[in-house]
Amino acid sequence: MTEESRRQTAARIRDVMTTDGAAVNEQVRNLNENRYESVAAFDDYESSRDRARKIKERAIEDLPTLIETVTEHVEANGGHVHVAKDGAEANRYVQDVLDEQAGETVVKSKSMTTEEIGLREHLADEGADVFETDLGEFVIQLAEESPSHIVGPSLHKSREEIATLFNEQFDPDSPLETPAELTAFAREYLGERMKEADLGITGANFVLAESGSIVLVTNEGNARKSAVVPDTHVAVAGIEKLIPSIEELHPFLELIARSATGQDIAQYVSLLTPPVKTPTLDFDRPDQPIDASDDDREFHLVLLDNGRTAMREDPHLRETLYCIRCGACLNSCANFQQVGGHAFGGDTYTGGIGTGWVAGIDGPDATAGFNDLCTSCSRCVPNCPVKIDIPWINTVVRERRNHGKTPDAVDHLIDPLVPDQEATGLDRQKRFFGNIDTVLRLGSSLAPVSNWALSLPGVDRLLESTVGIDRRRSLPHLATETFASWWADHQENPDSADTTVHLFVDLYTNYLYPERGKAAVRLLRELDLSVEVTPVLPSGRAPLSQGMISTATEQANEVAEALDSSIAAEEPVLVIEPSDLALFRSEYSKLLPTETAAKIEAGTVGILEYVTPLLKSQSEIESGASGEIVFHSNCQQRTAGFEEPTVEALEALGYDVRTTDVECCGMAGSFGYKSQFYELSMAVGGDLEPQVTDTEVLASGTSCVAQIESLADGDEPPHPVELVEQAWTEHTR
Amino acid sequence: MDAGAETTQFETAAADHDLAVTRTRAASFDSTLDGIVEYPAVGVSLPIDGVSLAETDVETTLTPRKLDAARTGVTPVSFGIATLGTVFIEGSADGAEPVSLFPERHVAVLAASDVCPELAAAVDRFGEELAAGPSSGVFATGPSATADMGGHVQGVHGPSEVHVIVVADR
Repeated sequence: MTEESRRQTAARIRDVMTTDGAAVNEQVRNLNENRYESVAAFDDYESSRDRARKIKERAIEDLPTLIETVTEHVEANGGHVHVAKDGAEANRYVQDVLDEQAGETVVKSKSMTTEEIGLREHLADEGADVFETDLGEFVIQLAEESPSHIVGPSLHKSREEIATLFNEQFDPDSPLETPAELTAFAREYLGERMKEADLGITGANFVLAESGSIVLVTNEGNARKSAVVPDTHVAVAGIEKLIPSIEELHPFLELIARSATGQDIAQYVSLLTPPVKTPTLDFDRPDQPIDASDDDREFHLVLLDNGRTAMREDPHLRETLYCIRCGACLNSCANFQQVGGHAFGGDTYTGGIGTGWVAGIDGPDATAGFNDLCTSCSRCVPNCPVKIDIPWINTVVRERRNHGKTPDAVDHLIDPLVPDQEATGLDRQKRFFGNIDTVLRLGSSLAPVSNWALSLPGVDRLLESTVGIDRRRSLPHLATETFASWWADHQENPDSADTTVHLFVDLYTNYLYPERGKAAVRLLRELDLSVEVTPVLPSGRAPLSQGMISTATEQANEVAEALDSSIAAEEPVLVIEPSDLALFRSEYSKLLPTETAAKIEAGTVGILEYVTPLLKSQSEIESGASGEIVFHSNCQQRTAGFEEPTVEALEALGYDVRTTDVECCGMAGSFGYKSQFYELSMAVGGDLEPQVTDTEVLASGTSCVAQIESLADGDEPPHPVELVEQAWTEHTR
Repeated sequence: MDAGAETTQFETAAADHDLAVTRTRAASFDSTLDGIVEYPAVGVSLPIDGVSLAETDVETTLTPRKLDAARTGVTPVSFGIATLGTVFIEGSADGAEPVSLFPERHVAVLAASDVCPELAAAVDRFGEELAAGPSSGVFATGPSATADMGGHVQGVHGPSEVHVIVVADR
């Protein structure tokens, strides 16, 4: 990416933040909070997720058979099935159905699949009057915009904007103002359209192969009317919506509304086995008694492939097909909360999972405008009802985008810094951040000269124009003495120690924050442990977040080799940097042989995860420490579930601990340093800011430290191990 | 759990989802219904012993015009779900689906013996119907609703009020 294109990206994001930001932020965070509450009150959440995941895995595996089964049953019921290889074919088929009945008015309930193929536009171009009946989709249709959210297509619009739109388009007798007035108007207007309609189009949330039933989940009731009022119903569904039968439906019904809006169940869950027995309503013959006996109902199920078969065969994109389109990954994404789908998504699919869908349908390059907005913070992962590893999909797609481009003309400027395993053509900014280990090593060998050099006038501009580090961002200072060199002089362990632990020395501890490493060593020795340290090695996190999977794999292998003997000796490896520990415990399974990854997962432990039980078992704590303290846990740490031991350690020492509850600080990895994302990163941080001012703050992740330092305008929050060590030393003697 | 306890649980859950519930007995059904219906009203016949719309002012010969003008729609429901206050309306040939959907008030008539303990049991029950042949219906929970117009509003394409009459002795 050139400096110019970084500037354009920044401008585009700024524009969307200005137009959509406030409304999106309010609505999406609201949905997110509702989901957390509802899920917390639902005892079977995890077991439902497990079941749903297994059912989807199996259904996608058996997809060709399910397509045959559903075809057989729909046809036996008297309906028609058409499997369309792409959008054009699906659109043509629906057009033919409409032409056959010489129909012209179409009512349509919300369906992202029809949005994906542009069905409404196609039918309108061919002369039909097509009305979206979901009010959010109706707003989008009137505004001639694309959806900004897969569940709430118009949630970027404020009430005022919707009122203005309606008043301009319909010029009602008295201007519409309140949500109730706007709803009443839309209900009346669309109610008339439904009465005239010749054809009703819906999507399908699930298709049950063994009975040929479709399941529609809505709150408004428009899908019910669209499906049953006209005598012809076309349901358009991606082939991935198939599940075997009604027996598999239950976990999805428990999860879909909870994950989407925090509701126990949506207002309406229609289970239709068409052609349905419900009589059609002919409002042109208002006094004709309603009678189903002479009905000539027609039903067509259009199953859309459009890239899905290829996704099924792609080991990395395949998981996307498990998606039930609940939007939980969007709502739990800190970046999405600020910009919504108009910056973070394609024409149809938005947010975290949008990358998988768009890459599958239109190819990885089609995600160029938004894929980098996934910081791999992983907060969406525990929120996905079918456990899709969304950050991994984003990483893989990023890697695919990275390659096959023309090499950057000025690559030689940073070539010495990038001994990576990547093919040519990789974006210079990505290579810089992906090779941060080399940058830190070279910089450190020259510190304090490099610190001085970085403060020279013009250097900030140079870094901005070459590798895209935003000049407003202050860079961390390289330590004048690295942890490794301090360690060389401090290797003596307590004579009484009979247990050995290994400290994993990450890049940041070594080059930037050696104090946290020293505190860890002192604390461990206080606890009568013998400490060994691992060689300073990059974990693979930095290249991985740039989509440099080959480089990350190479580094993971080096780490595996370095840890091998400690793990074989069953001596625990303690990790200070939570983004590295999360990597060892999750992504390594994607980079290393299964057995090696399992060993590393089992053999590594967070520094406080290890230490907390030891602290608590020692009786001599005097609880001398006191006062309120805020702990900002790294996002990956929260996802992986090792936030709690830090809180427990601090509480055991007498602190009153408050944890932050925003999804992410906005720095995750290198994200906040990149000039194109600086403003977005600071806006995300804006949600964190009120929680980290006025009280002493601790932060565990290196990136979070940098963000909180900028937000709070000054002090670098220490790692919790520093405070624990200090309090322990002061209060246990 | 006995039927009485399930009905009580149904009432509590229904209140959480903005449904009103009235318990009655077959013998007093007509007067209970009259207190709840706003006229004009349309309805479909109720397959509950001792309960009928025949002696009420609810119109059972449906036309599009009557459906359009009705302020209340009265339908039977096949079963309820105790934990959610949900009712299942069968998509039958006599028009229960549109009658429950078009008028602004839906009065759902449920026999206490047809309250399922929870969603899984209700899905199983629909599964049994499906095993017997093509079958359709809707799990409906409270009034139709939207948040798409900048605030939560009840009553969009479906009813704005849902009232369940539980016939306690059936």
